[in-house]
Amino acid sequence: MTWTLVILPLLAAVAAVLIRSDRRRRALLVATAAGHFALTAICWIVPPDVAPGAWVGLDAAGRLFLGIASLLFLATAVYAAHSLGREAHGRQTEADTGSVFVNAPEAVFTACLLAFLSTMSLVAASRHLGVLWVAVEATTLATAPLIYFHRQPSSLEATWKYLLVCSVGIALALLGNFLLVVASAAADGSDGTLLVTELVARGADLRAPWLKAAFALLLVGYGTKMGLVPMHTWLPDAHSEAPSPVSALLSGALLNCAFLGILRAHSICAAAGLGDFSGGLLVAFGLATVAVAAAFLANAADYKRMLAYSSIEHMGLLALGAGLGGAALYGALLHAVNHSAVKAGLFLLAGNFLAAYRTKTIARVGGGIRRLPASGLLWLAGLFAIAGSPPFGTFASEFTILKEAFAPGRTAVGVVALAALAIAFAGMSKAFLGMALGRSPGDAPAEREAAASVWPALALLAVSLVLGFWIPSGLQAGLEHAARLLGGGTP
Amino acid sequence: MNNALDMLLVFLVLTDLVLLGSSRLRNAIRIAALQGLMLGLLPLLAHGHGFGWSAVLLGAGSALLKGFVFPSLLNRALRETNARREIEPLVGYVASLLIGMGALALSFGFGARLPLPWPAPSQWLVPAGLFTVWTGLFLIVARRKAITQVLGYVVLENGIFALGMVLVEAMPLLVELGVLLDVFVAVFVMGIIVFHINREFDHIDVDQLRALKEPAP
Repeated sequence: MTWTLVILPLLAAVAAVLIRSDRRRRALLVATAAGHFALTAICWIVPPDVAPGAWVGLDAAGRLFLGIASLLFLATAVYAAHSLGREAHGRQTEADTGSVFVNAPEAVFTACLLAFLSTMSLVAASRHLGVLWVAVEATTLATAPLIYFHRQPSSLEATWKYLLVCSVGIALALLGNFLLVVASAAADGSDGTLLVTELVARGADLRAPWLKAAFALLLVGYGTKMGLVPMHTWLPDAHSEAPSPVSALLSGALLNCAFLGILRAHSICAAAGLGDFSGGLLVAFGLATVAVAAAFLANAADYKRMLAYSSIEHMGLLALGAGLGGAALYGALLHAVNHSAVKAGLFLLAGNFLAAYRTKTIARVGGGIRRLPASGLLWLAGLFAIAGSPPFGTFASEFTILKEAFAPGRTAVGVVALAALAIAFAGMSKAFLGMALGRSPGDAPAEREAAASVWPALALLAVSLVLGFWIPSGLQAGLEHAARLLGGGTP
Repeated sequence: MNNALDMLLVFLVLTDLVLLGSSRLRNAIRIAALQGLMLGLLPLLAHGHGFGWSAVLLGAGSALLKGFVFPSLLNRALRETNARREIEPLVGYVASLLIGMGALALSFGFGARLPLPWPAPSQWLVPAGLFTVWTGLFLIVARRKAITQVLGYVVLENGIFALGMVLVEAMPLLVELGVLLDVFVAVFVMGIIVFHINREFDHIDVDQLRALKEPAP
């Protein structure tokens, strides 16, 4: 069952290379996404059994992150099947830089997208840190060609940075894995392990100094991939240069995969009684990330880069929540769900803006609500969703994290986080409002928007809206189970 | 047995130093290939008690990949791009070597102080591995050519491989092979991107890749 989730998209990826008709290939993409989503739903309804020593299997945390990835992929696949048809063939000119480019072959794009889903499923299902490492590095390799879909110099630059920075970062995580084996081995060097359940079970028997060093390396390694400051430099470039459906998946699903790696390492530290150490590091990185991202959000010029910095900000919040522990860890998991849905929706809408206005510059987009009535309205709703205001689910999850941050003794953490959120909101609302309501540059009439370009974003925003009122009992139980599994608590 | 291991590790350090001081790209690729071949022997020498078939398989796979496949990939990229030597590196060769000496001394100091829970197969092991990791990182940061950066990534992986191979016997073979596969695909994809960089920019100096940045406030 679990393996099917990994293998199905991989087979579809092979098929995508072989199929010659664009229309059939797009149908295959959507069909595979739907099939994967159905399988994931079954895993949620009837959780598959996991053998204690199995390397691959879905526990509560894996199921949660698999669910996010699968939902986002379905929405994105529907959108991409439409937006790929919207892409011009032959040479085209980028309006912002004036460079002339062609697109990569669509077959390669679709195949990489499906391989990406496969590797993300493997990340979610990994219970062995070695397998997890292999899967996370594989996500990097599957996504690099996706970022370079528009074959122009700026995309190339973004791809190169992404590939090199993330590969080097992940290499450090491999070193962390080795140290973890040393921490767990017996005195003669035998019997080391990388199985998460086994490491958690050994708990206090692990060698503390080696475990600390291993956690630091894993945090830096997977933190690079997650976009924590100061290892975030590749992120705004890659997320803004990629085609919009890919940006949605990178921000909404891939960053979470790296977060899962960090959470696994954190749960091992917590079991070994080093939760204060690993939690302290997470809080420090998280706060720095939120603060730096807010500074960039205050003065954004490019709306896709703005969304990318917003992702960095929310990853900082997730790290902060995980580090604070207790109910904040539950809040971080809930926030991962909310943020993924909202951010993916926003990136899909940004794709509609880009298609209509042919520019990513905020100042050159205006009157969105008149020219793109549906996308413009959703864009406004998305502002409130991403800023964490009621009635959206992001409010509840951010509130849960911040409540813990304001706990007696660490009020400063809460103050810094809240101030950064306020700055980020001010910066983003200026950009969002200008794009939706501001003066239109030129007098373009209202456009008829295709259903496939609006509905996926609407559905994703609706998920966050519903979660603001009501969390289904199955999801609630899954979140609580995952939070306890990862060493946290529930509110 | 242990003498051979010591020799191998000394050789590893020497190849790192040559890489730091080498300006000819073809030469550097050859040295890295040699390093990869030597590392293939490491699993056999490090685990003194018996030649497990998994150690043989892993060593052979690694040697094949790093000794033959990577060099031919990189050499092809080199031919296509007409780049022969690293011109004006960000840090000069003499300076690189001097900094390298310092890093080597630090690696030894660190290796001597690291309280390994069990005796390492060779006292050279941790310093040599750390120094190789450092060399790889340094090549990525201090050189301009995209190919040299790929080479730096390979050397970094070599260092981690060396450290892991000896610190750890518990890493399952399947996972090791997965790691090797990932590294292979990574170098392959990087090679393709180097082609494209060459085509778009007419050269492979990555310091020209700096169009993407925040506007000045």
